[in-house]
Amino acid sequence: MAAKYELKLGAATREAFGKALVELGKADENVVVCDADLSKSTFTHLFGKEFPNRFFSCGIAEANMVSIGAGLASSGKIAFVASFSAFVLNKGFEQLRVNVAYSGIPLKVVGTHSGISIGEDGPSQMSVEDISLACSLAGFTVISPADEVAMFSLVKQAAYHPGAVFIRAGRVKVPVIYGPDQKFEIGKGIQLTEGTDLTLISTGLMVAECLKAAEKLEAEGVSTRVIDLHTIKPIDRDIIAKAAAETGCIVVAEEHLVDSGLGVRVAQVVTETNPCVMEFHGVNNTYAESGLPEEVLEKYKMTAADVAVTARKALARKKG
Amino acid sequence: MTRTSDLSELQSIARTVRRDIIEMIGAAKSGHPGGSLSAVEILVTLYFDVMKHDPANPAWPLRDRFILSKGHAAPVLYSVMAETGYTPKDQLNTLRRIGSIYQGHPDRRFIPALEASTGSLGVGLSLGLGMAEAAKLDKSPSRTYVVLGDGEIQEGQIWEAAMYAGFHKIDNIVAILDNNRIQLDGWVKDIMGLDPLPEKWASFGWHVIEVDGHDIVALQAAFAEAEATKGKPSILIAHTVKGKGVSFMENNPKYHGVAPTKEEVELALKEIG
Repeated sequence: MAAKYELKLGAATREAFGKALVELGKADENVVVCDADLSKSTFTHLFGKEFPNRFFSCGIAEANMVSIGAGLASSGKIAFVASFSAFVLNKGFEQLRVNVAYSGIPLKVVGTHSGISIGEDGPSQMSVEDISLACSLAGFTVISPADEVAMFSLVKQAAYHPGAVFIRAGRVKVPVIYGPDQKFEIGKGIQLTEGTDLTLISTGLMVAECLKAAEKLEAEGVSTRVIDLHTIKPIDRDIIAKAAAETGCIVVAEEHLVDSGLGVRVAQVVTETNPCVMEFHGVNNTYAESGLPEEVLEKYKMTAADVAVTARKALARKKG
Repeated sequence: MTRTSDLSELQSIARTVRRDIIEMIGAAKSGHPGGSLSAVEILVTLYFDVMKHDPANPAWPLRDRFILSKGHAAPVLYSVMAETGYTPKDQLNTLRRIGSIYQGHPDRRFIPALEASTGSLGVGLSLGLGMAEAAKLDKSPSRTYVVLGDGEIQEGQIWEAAMYAGFHKIDNIVAILDNNRIQLDGWVKDIMGLDPLPEKWASFGWHVIEVDGHDIVALQAAFAEAEATKGKPSILIAHTVKGKGVSFMENNPKYHGVAPTKEEVELALKEIG
């Protein structure tokens, strides 16, 4: 089943974000963008070049940027603020809480360079806690697209989504999973493969790794279901409950601290609906290190082979 | 609402607002009287004379924006909003009670006419900059007024905002610094002194106007000067007295965040007249 996905390398999700912004800006002059001196990295420079009067360069001052974005949004603008995930969420968290979440302001917040796949720059720039932080903002919608197609579509939807949104983007080029006609709906997961023995649930760049892991497992005779939860909050309860009931075994894989990201949110739904065997695959209570992105991902066990190992462990438990 | 530029009328409103503040906080048995009383003339001058706004149409797009960044002075804001007709006057004494629209700090979930929910210090000026930038984009005459506490500007984000406004020449924003010189733990000068205040703001590119924050005529002139100043943001450094109008509260750090007793309420109301 998983073999039907070619997984050819595509663009980084941050680049798709930048391109979506330009398209939004062309269609709607109400769209404005703020950045904090990382516009060439977040790809908001594409918007800035096209629409300089609607682009607010805030300097290296993320807290100020988030509040300015909130002010623009509260005056009726469709406002995006962007930086590295580690900076916009950690340095802007208080402002996201008070000026955006608590105030009910529909700001769109984009964090790029998420997870550990950023590579050479190392842990100070990596964000292994952004899903946790974003999900802890009451009322926020949290989105983590797996490829450029998903990102392009979901950014454009997020712009007109009522309420505040956080979008998680990555630095590195990632495989293309979706065809150009794929439909995405905020809050609805996508089942990528059928399967009855095991479900792999993932988000962001780990979705492609789960598809590769599924191929390995299928070769071992394990019927493996793969689900992309591009929306982490609100979480798609139906797709999770169904997977739990029909496969009785779930592994969640994520490029995030394993005890506070997607996995615990999936587990909450599973325990509330159809309890089953679960295993959790992620970054274990640590910060990663510098290196080539693929080296870092390998060392910190974020590859298809590693996910398969965790899956076999879950299957063994299921068999008892 | 009644708009007026008349000094004696504005002074009379200020007296009413002071009474409201004492009664509200007295009834709530908690709250921040000192920093509410120090900002009375500032808010009365803004809401009754300077700002263009319409309590009957709070969402009017061209309205001037007001942010009480020092959100703990909520009682003075609630009083002027009630006196101008945004919110019910007869509920002022429900301050801080469960279900009241008059929450401990301003909360726009309960009062949608509020431009901002505040209470966590240091974030209001940046928020105001976003509103000011939106007005510029829309070529709207709307101006944004942000009241800051002096202790509040110890927060680093204030200086990020100050830098942004000066560099980008945001001349449709006015900060008003309620310089009452006292913060919760004591005198500002003993905790984290701010001097030289005017020089600090001027060096960030702001037009600085020093004013007696209890002199309504001086405030009117200062707001007019700010509006006439183009190419620069303006800040009024309003020299005020914490607890102004109630002798035993004036310049007394105790009344930053302590409510008056029943006897003190009576005494205070007698003094205010």
